Amino acid sequence: MKPKFAMYWASSCGGCEIAVLNTNEKILDVDANFDIAFWPVAMDAKYKDVEAMEDNSILLTLFNGGIRNDENEEIAKLLRQKSQILVAFGSCATEGCIPGLANLSPSQEVIETAFHTVSTENPDNIYPQANYEMPEGTIHIPTINSRVKTLVDVVPVDYFMPGCPPESHQISAVLDLVIAVVNGEAELPPKGAVIGVGDSTVCDECTRQRDVKKVTKFTRAHLVGALDPDLCLLEQGIPCNGPATRSGCDARCPTAGAQCIGCYGPAPGVIDYGARLISSFASVIDSNDPDEIERILDGIPDPAGQFYRFSLAGSLLKGAREAV
Amino acid sequence: MTKGNGGMPQEKIGVYVCHCGTNISAMVDVEDVAQWAADKLKHRGVVIARDYKFMCSSLGQELIEKDIKELGLTRVVVAACSPHLHEKTFRTACENAGLNPYLCELVSIREQVSWVHTDKVAATAKSKAVLSGGVERVLWHEPLEAMSVPIHPATLVVGGGIAGIQASLEIADAGHPVYLVERDPSIGGHMAQFDKTFPTLDCSACILTPKMVDAGVHPNITLMTWAEVENVDGYIGNFDVTVRQKARKVITDLCTGCGICVEKCPKKVLDDIYEAGLGYRKAVYTPFPQAVPNYPVMDLDNCIYFDTGKCKACEKFCPTEAIDFTQEDEIVEFEVGNIILATGYDLFDARKMSNYGYGRLKNVFSSLEFERMCNASGPTEGNIVLRDGVTTPKTVGIIHCVGSRDKNFNEYCSSICCMQSLKFAHVVDERTGAQVYNFYIDIRTPGKEYDEFYNRIVEEGTHFVRGKVAEVTNAARQPDEREKLIIQVEDTLIGKQRRIPVDMVILSAGLEPRHDAKDVAKLFGISCSADGWYIEKHPKLDPIATMTDGVYIAGCVQGPKDIPASVVQGAAAAARVLGKIQQGEMELEPIRASVIEEQCSGCRICNDLCPYNAILFHEETMVSEINAALCQGCGTCVAACPAGAITGTGFSNEQVLAQIEGLLMDVNI
Amino acid sequence: MTENENFEPTIIGFTCNWCSYRAADLAGIARVKYPPNVRLVRLMCSGRLDPTFVMKAFAEGADGVMITGCHPGECHYLEQNYKALRRYLLLRRTLVAMGIEAERLHLAWASAAEGIQLAREITEMVERIRSLGPLNWHLNGDQVQITSDTTAELEVAA
Repeated sequence: MKPKFAMYWASSCGGCEIAVLNTNEKILDVDANFDIAFWPVAMDAKYKDVEAMEDNSILLTLFNGGIRNDENEEIAKLLRQKSQILVAFGSCATEGCIPGLANLSPSQEVIETAFHTVSTENPDNIYPQANYEMPEGTIHIPTINSRVKTLVDVVPVDYFMPGCPPESHQISAVLDLVIAVVNGEAELPPKGAVIGVGDSTVCDECTRQRDVKKVTKFTRAHLVGALDPDLCLLEQGIPCNGPATRSGCDARCPTAGAQCIGCYGPAPGVIDYGARLISSFASVIDSNDPDEIERILDGIPDPAGQFYRFSLAGSLLKGAREAV
Repeated sequence: MTKGNGGMPQEKIGVYVCHCGTNISAMVDVEDVAQWAADKLKHRGVVIARDYKFMCSSLGQELIEKDIKELGLTRVVVAACSPHLHEKTFRTACENAGLNPYLCELVSIREQVSWVHTDKVAATAKSKAVLSGGVERVLWHEPLEAMSVPIHPATLVVGGGIAGIQASLEIADAGHPVYLVERDPSIGGHMAQFDKTFPTLDCSACILTPKMVDAGVHPNITLMTWAEVENVDGYIGNFDVTVRQKARKVITDLCTGCGICVEKCPKKVLDDIYEAGLGYRKAVYTPFPQAVPNYPVMDLDNCIYFDTGKCKACEKFCPTEAIDFTQEDEIVEFEVGNIILATGYDLFDARKMSNYGYGRLKNVFSSLEFERMCNASGPTEGNIVLRDGVTTPKTVGIIHCVGSRDKNFNEYCSSICCMQSLKFAHVVDERTGAQVYNFYIDIRTPGKEYDEFYNRIVEEGTHFVRGKVAEVTNAARQPDEREKLIIQVEDTLIGKQRRIPVDMVILSAGLEPRHDAKDVAKLFGISCSADGWYIEKHPKLDPIATMTDGVYIAGCVQGPKDIPASVVQGAAAAARVLGKIQQGEMELEPIRASVIEEQCSGCRICNDLCPYNAILFHEETMVSEINAALCQGCGTCVAACPAGAITGTGFSNEQVLAQIEGLLMDVNI
Repeated sequence: MTENENFEPTIIGFTCNWCSYRAADLAGIARVKYPPNVRLVRLMCSGRLDPTFVMKAFAEGADGVMITGCHPGECHYLEQNYKALRRYLLLRRTLVAMGIEAERLHLAWASAAEGIQLAREITEMVERIRSLGPLNWHLNGDQVQITSDTTAELEVAA
């Protein structure tokens, strides 16, 4: 009997699923080597089917999406119980990702934004409610958490695979590894490891020329007439997050002339991704004058977004005060 | 940051809470703190917690040593006084018992708790938090070894003024090799330009020349003039120095210093360095007759041959064929163990104070011009005359504090100008009998025999006007002001504006850091104050050393001072260097940063952050590296590395984060 | 703010081994009094201050954080306190964006001779934080119900 495979999306956009499909023929290897036990986006399944499974009966679960509501959390716990290997798959599950930016606002405001803004057609001012009495009985919809959590905030996680989404070649490599392990040809990395990534940072894969850094302005790429195509973006005042971001993506963004926004999450030695970037960007500002430093910093108008775009929910502070 | 297997640390920690007599115990319930640590920090690895009257006493230390041996402690936390007082004591106790000294942590509950707080309950609670921080921190300590480096016996002295000469001679006389590197063609510095020295009025050249000659012929001194240090790598005991020996176009091995080339050179050049623009030299020249070494150098900007391709008079007449027009700069490399910087000062450019008219009013002279004028071998052969070269002045005004003690220029006192001005007053009086006016803010004569010199000048009849001169002008208002320079000043002693007509004005310009002081500081990895003077290790207790081990400063490079003070500093720097050479090797604190190579992506963010140039970037491997011996352990690069690829021993992220957790353990329940 | 009257803030203070830590020593030697609400961490230099430490302190329940170092131009390591200044300015912007009052992060310069000044800085910081009230970052909120107000409105509407 083939080992069981599961994949689940919690609070996420669905891009991770697409990324898995982007592995093209590799998906056939998954089918050849695994029995797909539960993959809502690919095949119909019911939670009660999963509940009925034996504990640890699923070999590999790729869990993508953050924990936004009690349903996410419940299924995370369920899949943890049923899985031998639980992988936090993609940026949302590992560190909250874009949905995690909601942690900059109180959840009430998030709901208001969803149900009561000019762009929302809600003439009857209807808001979701956790419990609602229907003739058939009480129905329940998931209750939103005050903040987005990461998978490891609610259950123990075996491996972390960052990326928004993870690069397809990295997914293929990880799948190959698991298949090799199943066939007794390889060993799993130590528990808690970050997989499908490089050992260093995006700079390691970036081919742009680098010199010592003295930053006299921060700006945005589209505001600069002509960016030097060969020179480090940070040296040109573009706040490129590459220096603190895990390698593994082949430095796609900086290679294409756009700054790294950090979707691959923190580099191996990094505890708080945003704090690291704050420290390193500030360190290379070429001024000792407080007023001038402030002027230079005006070039980063949204520091929380700049430094925590993907990692807010997984950061030390986990979000803004209103949300946590 | 919780360390250990399943929350149970494997380390065995001993906690020692000191009463410090009653210094701590009067405000902190030390028994309670120790008991609390034994109970509540047991799960963190605390196996024993004691309190004792004086932990730093030999009995207290024995207590720790005994527990290390008998209980097999692997970590020690002492809650007592400031680590600046007794860290070494307790580290030594650990070492005596066979525990690496760096596995000990001293937390302060005296200076930071009992002595500054007044509520015993709160002080006791804070002591527990501080202790908890220490326990969490010590779990992450690593055994460290002090690094031992040998001291190369040679010394580099940069700058051949009186301070550098003195330092070189002291070290060379003690039997150790010295490289004395001087940017100008000759050693001697500013002192060689002076005529007389205050307060004794002995002839500057008479006392300096023998020292210059000694330095020039000393078997232990390698004299490199017309040379500049281009690069310095390494660290105390082991500096690699690269010097550019500028091409003299004179083969020094053949040159006898006969001076025929200088004599035959047809090109006269205004000498605005040595003669302060008052005299001339040739295109091939020695700056002054007593120059050491006495080989000439060729001024390529003014040499006719280099301009037109014709002449070569010097070559034709040189009896030893020592002229070599093809000579190139030479790069010389050598190793030294210590470096003394004695690069001196620049004179304040009096042109900047346009209200004093220097450069505009012809009979306004700078102090250096006047020095040259007084000198018997100078451009006027010692005659004090107006710019026309013949007229002896009948009245002379000397203005003090030019460029000093002035918010618009330099706020500091240049310290030598009062005495210099008094000396000028004396010389003018002696040689011309002219009326002399000294315009001063305050008279500052705090040296041996200095104030006596001041009294002597007063007695000689020099006028002293207390007030900062507003203007020197030639716009006459009264008949007696015609053809004169008028000094406009508020005489603050009588509270009146005065206009004093004089024939000659001497501006006693202050001292300034060398124009390239910041670049030189960077080259040697030391720092300048905001003014540009080099910063000593301690302004009182260590004015000779710098923050960079093995680099010392002497003379005006550290701040304005007179000749005796410069000589003292030169000798003191030499004594410091000799001490190091005598030691043979020295131990460096193991608080250092290092790069985890695999994690370094060569982003180069850290590269410009180290003031000691300890961070090296390898272009081939695209990895940065930290030279452990150069690193002073500040940790700035550790904090800056975006990849977390730099770690710092003694203050690692883990240690600090764990300490924060411990400090807040009562808050974060 | 009456609710803050009995509130005792906890403040983490980062000190430089060469100046502010010695200033704290000096305050002790001179028996200068200041409130016990501050707990000091010794670093070799304010340049060692990693913003991660500040985030950690807030996340672990500190109500305020002080960063102290040598006066500008007087850094023991030449100019590393300027790096601390740069980081402080950017960190403060980020914290403000995350809803933390700017006053909760304070930068103060104190030379080794300034025990009294450091004690004063600490005293003032404690008072500032006391009037701001607790931060309580470590008390993480969890599930929220959609507030009764909205639900009530909805029920009326329904």
